[in-house]
Amino acid sequence: MTTVAAPAGPPLLLATSLERRFGTQRALRGVSLSVFPGECHLVVGPNGAGKSTLLRLLAGLARPSAGSVHLGGAPLGRDAVARRTIGLLSHQSHLYDDLSAVENLAFAARLHGLVTDPVGNARRSLAAVGLIDRVDEPVRRLSRGTVQRVAIARALMHGPRLLLLDEPLSGLDPAASEQIAGLLDDERRTGKGLVLVSHDVHESWELATHVHLLMRGAWVIDEPRSGTLEEFLARYREALHG
Amino acid sequence: MTASTEGAERVIRRGLGLMLAGFAALAAVYLVALRFTPTERFQGLPQKIFYVHVPAAWCALLAFSLVGVGSILYLWLRDPRLDLFAESAAETGIVFSLVMLTTGPLWGKPIWGTYWTWDARLTFTLLLFFLFLGYRALRSAMHDPAERARYSAVVGILGMVLVPFVHLTVYLFPTLHPQPVVLKPSTPSLPGVMLRTLFLSLGSFTILLLGFLVTRYGLGREAEARGGSDGR
Amino acid sequence: MADLLRAAVAIAAKDLRVELRSRTALVSALGFAAMVLVIFNFARDSATVSREAMAPSVLWITFTFSAVIALNRSFALERENAALDALLLAPVSRTAIFLGKYLANLAFVFTIEAVALPLFVLFFGVSIRGVVSGILLTSVLATAGFVAVGTVFAAIAVRTRFAELMLPVLVLPFLLPPVIAAVQITSRLLAGRPMSEILGWLKILALYDLVFVTFCILLFPALMDE
Repeated sequence: MTTVAAPAGPPLLLATSLERRFGTQRALRGVSLSVFPGECHLVVGPNGAGKSTLLRLLAGLARPSAGSVHLGGAPLGRDAVARRTIGLLSHQSHLYDDLSAVENLAFAARLHGLVTDPVGNARRSLAAVGLIDRVDEPVRRLSRGTVQRVAIARALMHGPRLLLLDEPLSGLDPAASEQIAGLLDDERRTGKGLVLVSHDVHESWELATHVHLLMRGAWVIDEPRSGTLEEFLARYREALHG
Repeated sequence: MTASTEGAERVIRRGLGLMLAGFAALAAVYLVALRFTPTERFQGLPQKIFYVHVPAAWCALLAFSLVGVGSILYLWLRDPRLDLFAESAAETGIVFSLVMLTTGPLWGKPIWGTYWTWDARLTFTLLLFFLFLGYRALRSAMHDPAERARYSAVVGILGMVLVPFVHLTVYLFPTLHPQPVVLKPSTPSLPGVMLRTLFLSLGSFTILLLGFLVTRYGLGREAEARGGSDGR
Repeated sequence: MADLLRAAVAIAAKDLRVELRSRTALVSALGFAAMVLVIFNFARDSATVSREAMAPSVLWITFTFSAVIALNRSFALERENAALDALLLAPVSRTAIFLGKYLANLAFVFTIEAVALPLFVLFFGVSIRGVVSGILLTSVLATAGFVAVGTVFAAIAVRTRFAELMLPVLVLPFLLPPVIAAVQITSRLLAGRPMSEILGWLKILALYDLVFVTFCILLFPALMDE
């Protein structure tokens, strides 16, 4: 296990002993995570392990039964301001199919308080991910890869420092997948923190700086990335059958 | 607090005990109503259904209030047991509304000549019945237990808020049927003996309601203890 | 407060823009309203039941049932691509989301009513001269109340498998008080009864609105939280 020098400043995200339960059912049992700028934390695990639940807790979309989430030092409560730090990207686009990419992003801009020039902001954000043509067409006419790029533009538009990603590459053809992965890696290099949840280790391995294996609501592996993908897969398989 | 099978069984036993007591009291009430209470002069024997009809309606309303209270407490405290309590109260309420809605027509036919009348109390209980059904329908259509609890709680509270409005508008609704003499919304002008029988019946029904409620709650806890929610 | 309203207006505007783009829900609801009016005209024994006698009930059944049809789309569109998550992640309060949806739904239902009312006058031969303002006021009051409840139940129903079925099942009991009041008021207006007979029912409508809009605002966040 390679040692990583502790970065300066508070972590972008600090999740402490997160639990999520209802009655006798427990989806998460004491999960902790800290994310610093420039890190990409890959979270993998079988279906039902609690990955999506974890992400929703980190995004503030759900409340933990126990434990806490802090963003940049401040607790993530109902506080709207804290949410500005987060950008969310999943396999669903969070877009309105009948509206164009520009209209979708302009709406998001207004919600995030960018009221002076929402449409201009929208076009700039789309251009930043390489989208200039077809941005005025309804989203339903765009290819899946293009839609994901629009979704990234929307997630990045308000300048979040933390990106939460739920299966961002699923359903993409190899070319699109590579392109999106490239964009995400660029964002990481500019100092953003990423938490990437995936059930497919292969696609996301290269992006990761840290890897986590979640099973039945708890970490089985929780460390900086080291070794090869094959070694990790072997340990994954072992944990599954152990 | 996680459910244990023994704890749940204790609750069920207590509930069944209450039910037994309720049924025994009910049997006593029937005896009293049939043999020891004078027959009403104008309506005759069928009037005695009154001793079942009114308490059933009362219990339906009581059950509904319990759903409402349980819902409010759940949203405040987020204790899953409160959700189970509300669910149990709703099922109990369906039973009592059905009793009321079937005895109503049985009584109505010989006395008013018609099976159904839109009198305020019947209509009101019918609405309660539909609210209960809606609550149940929603619960069976949701499978995530936390979400189901939150959403049914919202419906339970809104339902409780609706009840006074239904009462108000239905009562004010101009009706062609004369209001039955005995079922005046103001306290019944019944002679003492009949009033006593009525209260006896009210008491038995309430004990029965508690019995159903506690038993159902216990059954729910037992199901939990046996291995997670079964998705109901 | 200004932020709240601004966010609500942005959300309402977005809803309206989406609907105007596809027009599906609006056209369906309008078609439904027109068809209901037609059916009611024929669903009676013209020898014994006059159109005037049925008129107030028909109007209000048409309004409410068309509204229920239109209300479903309000959260269905958020569900399609999990757009609601993005909404919840934005720095806007849950109350703003409710208000935005509520405003958009009000706009829809008022549009449906604005089209259905002239059709009603046409088909049922009722004269509303002199009582137009009364009918409009009643419509606004009754609609404001049941659309609030409808918006909350639309948010609930959309999480179930048969949302289009669940919404009417849940919301219809809640329509009883405003419909009773609205029909009482409308029939008295059409019959030229004095204001004193109508005031009581108007107060009930206003009270219903106040109570339910308040409770809906209070309870909506619980639906958005997990």
